[in-house]
Amino acid sequence: MSLLWLRFALGCYFVGLVYAFVALTRTSDLFSRIALHAATMGMVFHFVSLTELFLSGQIVWASVHNSESLLAFLSMVFFMIIYALYQTTSPGVVVFPVVFFLTFVAAVDEQPVLLTAFVSHKGWLIAHIMLIFTGYAALLVSFGASLLYLLQERRLKAKKATSLIAFLPALEVIDQIGYRSLLLGFPFMTLGLITGSVVAITAPTIGRVDFLDPKILLSVLMWAVYMVMVFTRWNSGWRGRRAAFLATFAFVAALAAWAANYFSAMHRFGTS
Amino acid sequence: MRYQLIGLNHKSAPLEVRERLAIPESRLPDTCRELTSYPGIEEGMVISTCNRVEIITHTVNGHADLRGFLHEHFHLDADSLDPHLYEFREKDAVRHIFRVASSLDSMVVGEAQILGQVKEAYATARAVGAVRGQLDQLFSRAFAVAKRVRSETAVGSSSVSIASVAVELAKKIFGSLHGKNVFIVGAGKMSELAARHLMAHGCASIFVANRTYDRAIGLAQKFNGQAIKFDDLYSTCDRADIVITSTGAPHAIFRREHGEQFLARRKNRPMFFIDIAVPRDVSQDMAKLDGIFAYDIDDLQQAVSSHAADRRKEAERAEGIIASEVEKFEARISTLDVVPTIVSLQDHLETIRQAEIDRVRGRMGQLTPEQEIALEALTRGIINKVMHTPITTLKTAAKESEATTVVDVVRRLFNLQVKAKEAPAEPTSNKEESGKKAEVGTRQ
Repeated sequence: MSLLWLRFALGCYFVGLVYAFVALTRTSDLFSRIALHAATMGMVFHFVSLTELFLSGQIVWASVHNSESLLAFLSMVFFMIIYALYQTTSPGVVVFPVVFFLTFVAAVDEQPVLLTAFVSHKGWLIAHIMLIFTGYAALLVSFGASLLYLLQERRLKAKKATSLIAFLPALEVIDQIGYRSLLLGFPFMTLGLITGSVVAITAPTIGRVDFLDPKILLSVLMWAVYMVMVFTRWNSGWRGRRAAFLATFAFVAALAAWAANYFSAMHRFGTS
Repeated sequence: MRYQLIGLNHKSAPLEVRERLAIPESRLPDTCRELTSYPGIEEGMVISTCNRVEIITHTVNGHADLRGFLHEHFHLDADSLDPHLYEFREKDAVRHIFRVASSLDSMVVGEAQILGQVKEAYATARAVGAVRGQLDQLFSRAFAVAKRVRSETAVGSSSVSIASVAVELAKKIFGSLHGKNVFIVGAGKMSELAARHLMAHGCASIFVANRTYDRAIGLAQKFNGQAIKFDDLYSTCDRADIVITSTGAPHAIFRREHGEQFLARRKNRPMFFIDIAVPRDVSQDMAKLDGIFAYDIDDLQQAVSSHAADRRKEAERAEGIIASEVEKFEARISTLDVVPTIVSLQDHLETIRQAEIDRVRGRMGQLTPEQEIALEALTRGIINKVMHTPITTLKTAAKESEATTVVDVVRRLFNLQVKAKEAPAEPTSNKEESGKKAEVGTRQ
């Protein structure tokens, strides 16, 4: 049943996906309103899906698909917070496709890849997942903002920004969105990694922690880039091209760390 | 819908002619009164601005001699006036009024002033009783249409002057201009204007640097700003978010190394240079730096003209809105038009019914209450059944183009015209109804 709701949500997010593509070439106030409503509907379905999964006790916290669904939901929450603060749907250009993709993957497959289920560390595990996903969502928004910043910077430099079709918010507003989500995401990501390590080190089933596991290496790499981003921004106000470069790097590292779920030994004890 | 309109505007008439026809505000009420007492005119209103003079009326038969009124009122002969006049009737008059109110007929398409002027003219005419039901309907709709055009299209939203383009660009970069600092380099009229615009949009403070220090002080005082010695330009410039530069220097005064300095001191927060100097004050390689946005006079001009193109595009969309609104308005008005016919049809049949009942009473003598009720119910039932189809047909026809034909046929079949002319003599409970009947009678 929860899968059904998730598929409804997927349908709604699809509208957002279409919006993301259309918004790059042209602006329509009506369409962005439609996309916003569709996204809200999608979130409602999504929330129902997650709640049902949780209440039915079927939730497997460490299932890849359940967590992808959760991550997509958290990203949408972030998107909505930004909409509430800045009245702009343009981060959707980046957020919608990612959310759609995550939900899609979570909604098609009924046989989730099982990650290690640490029964004895359930609390820690839940904390780890929630924290690190909030970090991911913030990183995603920050990444999106830095791409939009580049786009808007280009338009301003090419002297095209005066055209009426200007769906992007002002440069400094985009910058603020990116910086704030970066700042917000960093502590979550850090705590997420710490709780993850705690789970990994103390879990009785693991015994020896392999710190050369690709998942761990990539996560640490991502965290390091994240820290560099926060530092350069705070210290010398890096933005625009350089910030976008770092954000892309961090995002790719995050993606790789995520993809590592499918081949890392660390997160796959359940099936092996 | 017997609207009739005559007028001239900046397109149809040269300024000399418009000047002769312009009606001063103080004379407007009298003109309106004069207009409504002119033969064939029921309601009338006058719009007189520097770009147009228009007489809008609702007439008795749709063929009032508005040209005659103009000749009489302005004591002008036909030859000097007529070539410049345009006349619109019915639907075309409605469309014209919608276009005028939405500022699509203006010299600067989208300028907001005209709506206010039309509203004033409307209020004036209304105050002297020259505008009643029909023009009231037309203009309240016209104001709604103007509002719709303004909110659904971008006609009128984009600015045209260089100074306001500069403000718009600044907003694209900084979002809100609140708390931003402006630096004027080289005191000049144009930069002063731009600065004034920026301050009006919330910029916090102003610095002024000029080769002649005294002029800098003079200009700074105007804005409550701070004069800076020209030698200190590079060391203070980074405090400004927006720099308006217009010096007469033969070479660029802002070069790449300056830009890099500024950005380093500002922690890379962006800077906006409005360079209205010729030759330019900001060098090309500085303009390429990340975080420096420099617009020269040509860029600004181009932005202004691209706005004009956008405006044209938006005006086309606005025309679409107007076309559909005219259709809607026409449909509504013609729906209203069948109402008097229905009312007089009902009255007509009711009179026949009453007459027949009286005849029966006369023949049968006193009836018992039961018989009275039965008679009443019988006759009413027949009338209602007979009436049902014609009324439904009238109501459906009202929404289509055949309305007038159907109304005509019904009137002729039941000889309603004659009946309606007699109507005022009949005792009627409803004043409004009798008014409507009178209207039907006078139509055609």
